[in-house]
Amino acid sequence: MTTHRIRGLAALLLASSLAVGAVQAASGDRQADPLDSPRWGDMRKEFFPAKARVVFDSRVKVSAPLTAENALNVPVSVDAGALPDATEVLVFADFNPITRIVRFRPEGAHPGLGFRIKLQQSTPVRAAVKTRDGVWHVGGTWVNTTGGGCTLPSAGSASPEWQKRLGEVSSRVWERKEGGERIRLRIIHPEDTGLAAGVPAFYIQELKLTDEQGAPLLHIEGFEPLAENPVFSVDIPAARTAAGYRVSGRDNNGNAISAVIEK
Amino acid sequence: MSILSRASRSVIALFTLSWALLLAAADMDYGLQPVAIADGTWVLVGRSEDFSTANGGNIVNTGFIVTPAGVLVIDSGPSRAYGEQLKRAIARITDRPVTLVVNTHHHPDHFLGNQAFAPETLAALPGTINGIHTEGGAFNDNMYRLAGDWMAGTEPVAPAKQLTAGPLDLGGHHLELIALDGHTGADLAIFDRSTGVLFAGDLVFNDRAPTTPHANLAAWQKALDRLEGLGFKQLVPGHGPVARDTAPLRQTRAWLSWLDANLRQAAEDGLDMTEVLAIQPPAEFRRLAVVEAEYRRSVGQLYPAYEQQALSRSGRNAR
Ligand SMILES: [Zn+2]
Repeated sequence: MTTHRIRGLAALLLASSLAVGAVQAASGDRQADPLDSPRWGDMRKEFFPAKARVVFDSRVKVSAPLTAENALNVPVSVDAGALPDATEVLVFADFNPITRIVRFRPEGAHPGLGFRIKLQQSTPVRAAVKTRDGVWHVGGTWVNTTGGGCTLPSAGSASPEWQKRLGEVSSRVWERKEGGERIRLRIIHPEDTGLAAGVPAFYIQELKLTDEQGAPLLHIEGFEPLAENPVFSVDIPAARTAAGYRVSGRDNNGNAISAVIEK
Repeated sequence: MSILSRASRSVIALFTLSWALLLAAADMDYGLQPVAIADGTWVLVGRSEDFSTANGGNIVNTGFIVTPAGVLVIDSGPSRAYGEQLKRAIARITDRPVTLVVNTHHHPDHFLGNQAFAPETLAALPGTINGIHTEGGAFNDNMYRLAGDWMAGTEPVAPAKQLTAGPLDLGGHHLELIALDGHTGADLAIFDRSTGVLFAGDLVFNDRAPTTPHANLAAWQKALDRLEGLGFKQLVPGHGPVARDTAPLRQTRAWLSWLDANLRQAAEDGLDMTEVLAIQPPAEFRRLAVVEAEYRRSVGQLYPAYEQQALSRSGRNAR
């Protein structure tokens, strides 16, 4: 009986949060930050033109642990699949010394991405999703951490091993029960932020995921806070699955990344 | 304002200040109560919690064995204050000197009380000594963040004396030092054949979810098999209550094997780490203290290796 009541309550809460989402979408820029961050005003100015419409929208899902003990490797996944036509997603963390984390354009892939980040202290982690009408929809969650993730050098920068394997990609493709496919890939890269003494910034700036014919699926612009040896999860809708895929890109020093993702 | 009233105010202020200091000092009392579990064998059972400013890091079990040849201390606790209070608790029970202080492994709650004891009495496995040298400073900083004022004056002290596996006779107690690994790279278990008491260190947790920051799950399970074969009468786990059977050992093994199977399956199924975090541990583990927090930490610590294994199979470089 208790379970029943709790379920009922959860359904009610869900319903009311959806209603709030709709109201927020309508009321525009004057709504209060649901994460109540003193940095929101700065974020608004830094990332969006003054005239842009920016709304908080609970349809933008950001999943991350509420508490992250390992500030060097905090898992985050963004899902904007509930919005009708997401064209661009920007992920940022209000209190990180480098706020920008990743920007991606779903060009056929599902509008979502799983990845891992470095955090310097407790902060909101947000995804702003631009829809075709030009409106930015912002969702997010607080991540608490004892921090220090951004000012520590990577393990790779201290080891001679990574130079031989720099840019090496391991990957795998799964069929999804709900249709379509999932691609996961891991790239060997130190992803140094430049904030650790004596270790210059060294990170992946661009990744393009295409099918084996070269038709674009996802474009990723990376920034310093992505975690060392980054791992990405990407979902491909059934209509765009292919016999194989390809990833290519480069880091800020011009090193090329190129790999075939075979099934 | 008269001079008198100003003076009396200072007296009151002074009184208030010293009272506050007294209260603060009283607050830093771990209230350690050694419990006798066998002939000359005492255990101090910590709380089944995470480190906090409320518990001062006292989430760990320590113990000592009083023999005519001196006292053997097993683990020194999470802080200098704990070590000093442990030493006083021992002195209330016996006037024999502490001749040997053993750290079962290099986790902070098992060695940060070392400062309270004479340096020449400190001993551990070589891997543990190494671990304290390389990671002790970072552990200590982290403990200050988590336990606060309780840590005042605490600094990591690595034992100089290296222990080797094998028998050790101490004042009529026939001890067996067993060098294992799996919880960390070097885990020492101490089996007292004279009393049948096994001090298992953190290879065994009882009704508290195990911690895994340095774990090798396969090695850990092998270590548990070895401990189960000893035929002990009592089992002192690293965390959680003392037991008279192998239940805590089997519980620890069950958790580790579920964790291993769950993470392997998740990686094989292509789950993102956020999806792995959303998995609920099975009902049989829900009564373990801090199970949700430990599961979350274990996923963060262990999943990347499982992922790497699952990904490497079909990854191919185009170059
Ligand atoms: Zn431990």
